[in-house]
Amino acid sequence: MWIYEKKQEFPVKIKKQDPALAKLIITQYGGPDGELGASLRYLSQRYAAVTPQSKAILNDIGTEELAHLEMIGSICHQLSRDLDPAEIKAAGFDSYYVDHGTGVYPASAAGVPFTAAYFQSKGDPLTDLYENLAAEQKARSTYEYLMRMTDDPDVLEPLRFLREREIVHFQRFGEALEGVREYLDHKRQFTVNKDMKKTK
Amino acid sequence: MDRDSILKRLTVLDFLAVDLQLYLDSHPDCTDTIKKYNEVVSEADGLREQYENLFGPLFSYRSYSKRDEFNWTDDPWPWENSFNFEIGGES
Repeated sequence: MWIYEKKQEFPVKIKKQDPALAKLIITQYGGPDGELGASLRYLSQRYAAVTPQSKAILNDIGTEELAHLEMIGSICHQLSRDLDPAEIKAAGFDSYYVDHGTGVYPASAAGVPFTAAYFQSKGDPLTDLYENLAAEQKARSTYEYLMRMTDDPDVLEPLRFLREREIVHFQRFGEALEGVREYLDHKRQFTVNKDMKKTK
Repeated sequence: MDRDSILKRLTVLDFLAVDLQLYLDSHPDCTDTIKKYNEVVSEADGLREQYENLFGPLFSYRSYSKRDEFNWTDDPWPWENSFNFEIGGES
């Protein structure tokens, strides 16, 4: 199960509204390389994992991505507070506004609603981990592009934190991949492998 | 300590715990990290008790404090500006 802790993984405290920026950052909420897709990807893939370490890594990173989803939702929410119609139009936020008001909705920056087609859960532990390495890199690139779109330190700090987490996750998935490869190599050598799961 | 100071220290410790746990997932035999992890979690739990006693519950279904009233619903919530502390000067 999951338990909610009433605080953020990293604080989001934005003083200046910027609806145009919110419309871009929303892509990390429900876009192709966003946190929702990341979380669902890892939490779905964990059932097919074969080593204790890769099960833990998929479970724990999938969980951390939910905390990142909360950070991104908070950034978008705080950037689009207290707007009047003139500001909404001037910022180009009108096309988002007429569909969702100032609510936070999982969509890409171009307005495409979230879809599970953004990720795979292939039932093959190696295939899944290769996908995850790519996914972490794609998310890192997205954060770098987003960071070029603003100079507001209140937004840059959490974006920088999230970008760094992509790099750490990439590293952990790489280690998980090594472990799974080793496990599968042994499996080919020995017909009886019931005890293999216990070896570190 | 005021609310912001407690929350800031707790956020630092909990982040360390998240990152160390993830490291231990792929390095479960690293005794130095296990020691550090245990220190971090133990200090964080002490702060959690302090925070909950002063400012209300942090968790649904878990408690680090004894309270007579139900104040889980109290504003602000973590996604709101006023919940969070300023990072100020750190990068």
